[in-house]
Amino acid sequence: MKRRWTGPLLAAAAAGAFAYVVSRQDWWAAALAGLFPSLPQTVFPTATVGELVIQHLEVVGISSALTIAIGVPLGIWVTRASGKDFREIVAAGVDFGQTFPPIAVLALMMPLLGFGFAPAIVALSLYGLFPVVSNTVAGLDAVPASVLDAARGMGMGRWRMLRAVEIPLASRVMMGGVRTSVIVNIGTATVAAATGAGGLGSPIFSGINLQNGAFVLEGAVAAALLAVIADAVLAQVEEALAPARA
Amino acid sequence: MIRLENVTKRYGETLAVDSLTLDIPAGEVCVLIGPSGCGKTTTLRMMNRLIEPTSGHIFVDEADVETLRPEQLRRGLGYAIQSVGLFPHLTVGENIVTVPKLLKWDKERMAARVEELLTLVGLAPSEYEGKYPRQLSGGEAQRVGVARALAADPPVLLMDEPFGAVDPLTRQRLQAEFVRIQRDLRKTVVFVTHDVDEAIRLADRIALMRGGRLQQYATPEEILDHPANKFVHDFMGADRALKRLGRVKVSDVMRTDVPTVDSSTRAADLRSRASCAEERFLYLVDGSGRLAGWFDCADLADGGGPESAMTSVDWRESAVASDASLKEALSRMLEFGFRSIAVVDGEGRLLGDVALPTIEAALGAGDTHVAAADGQGGARP
Repeated sequence: MKRRWTGPLLAAAAAGAFAYVVSRQDWWAAALAGLFPSLPQTVFPTATVGELVIQHLEVVGISSALTIAIGVPLGIWVTRASGKDFREIVAAGVDFGQTFPPIAVLALMMPLLGFGFAPAIVALSLYGLFPVVSNTVAGLDAVPASVLDAARGMGMGRWRMLRAVEIPLASRVMMGGVRTSVIVNIGTATVAAATGAGGLGSPIFSGINLQNGAFVLEGAVAAALLAVIADAVLAQVEEALAPARA
Repeated sequence: MIRLENVTKRYGETLAVDSLTLDIPAGEVCVLIGPSGCGKTTTLRMMNRLIEPTSGHIFVDEADVETLRPEQLRRGLGYAIQSVGLFPHLTVGENIVTVPKLLKWDKERMAARVEELLTLVGLAPSEYEGKYPRQLSGGEAQRVGVARALAADPPVLLMDEPFGAVDPLTRQRLQAEFVRIQRDLRKTVVFVTHDVDEAIRLADRIALMRGGRLQQYATPEEILDHPANKFVHDFMGADRALKRLGRVKVSDVMRTDVPTVDSSTRAADLRSRASCAEERFLYLVDGSGRLAGWFDCADLADGGGPESAMTSVDWRESAVASDASLKEALSRMLEFGFRSIAVVDGEGRLLGDVALPTIEAALGAGDTHVAAADGQGGARP
């Protein structure tokens, strides 16, 4: 099977370029100063863009990891005989998790988990569950019945079937859910700054408070770029999981 | 080898299988047949415990299947289904060694087995081993499905309409190959189909079911000649005599010393030759024995070669393979209006021919249905 290398190479190059741009604090300062000549301060003073991106990635990384760690097994479970009865409840639950505004979850979590990192992680993890769970279920549902019948009829056990047949066949769709979840998470995680979790939301909130458009733009542009880059990289992972082709 | 004792499967109020007792001897092909919903597939799936019977016992090789772990049991029973169910993310080779892998064979043994099986089912190993299922035609996929079922050399094969999803021509070819493979391997085969012709062609014994009940369990000849009841009679069809022809292979009755001439022979030589005096029609073969056509001696022009008189009919359409059944030969003859038909091998080499009287003889004295076809046959080309 031929694997195309141009896609992964382009994604890696884009990620590298992004990392470099983010590390050049002087570029950001110059660009923002040029755009907002009337403002006394055009660059968020507390942390550099690079530091903010790293904070942001921490929040996104941990919450997305939790989302996957919960969402994938949950999706698998409700497609098994033992969890079939809970399928509707779980679907409704994750649906609700996504419709419920994350900022409200943050507000509700704060009395329980305090200020800072923890409430943000909980809110973001719950918010991102929907695409992961629903795509896991959709991917597993799409495995042809004949393939499962053959696997069972040849003497594969349940775990073996899951590991060797179902997950490989569902992996691309599952990865699509992860990708959506992470991308949405990158945007939503800016809200996490409201509880003091840091990240690219910090300059945005600060900019709103101080009526400083430059700060807002700094955080927003960096977050948007991060989302685009993450999407490109995850698209390559998804592609790599596609079943073999001609 | 496989014994069912009063096996019943009930779904709520419906009896899918009703106290079925069946004894399938080792090395035989038992075809389960009947209209849809008759319980044939349920019966098959109870043998490898994909479905658990409501009551009764199933023995495979004297062991009650209930006492075996389902996974263990299934690895010993080859399983092939209509939809094939090849794993789309694995290559043909990887698909084939599914069960050997479960049985933890070593790599060399598996590789050797893949090659052996692909050859057995008529696919070139070097070409097919690395292909993915989506690159296969329907017929190729079915072959791989059969190879996969045979992979761990199980003594028993359970096949649920394994040739059901392909066009009639491919199906006939697969059936012929199944017959050939089974002649060597002598597996105990349980084969589900709803196609009477397929059952007659492949079965050592046919178990005809209706509404979960066994109607008759006998050899195809017995079932055709002595149907146990009206249902069996009707199900096997009015053309039972014709169906019997499905049991006879062309190669068993064909004439092998057919008159042939080489395409380089001159007409004058032909006339003087005894062959043209005795036979009106001669087959024309090329240097390597391949059938080129045939001609009527009367049509030979003076000085012209046999090609000038040759009937230009493509042998691929108007000749039959040696492993075809007499039924196929007859239908081909009726289609073209021939009184006899050439028999060729896979490369088109002439092996012999079959004439209408031979088919009449094969029908036996007792039947007159097909003798009527005599009149329709007309003169050859």
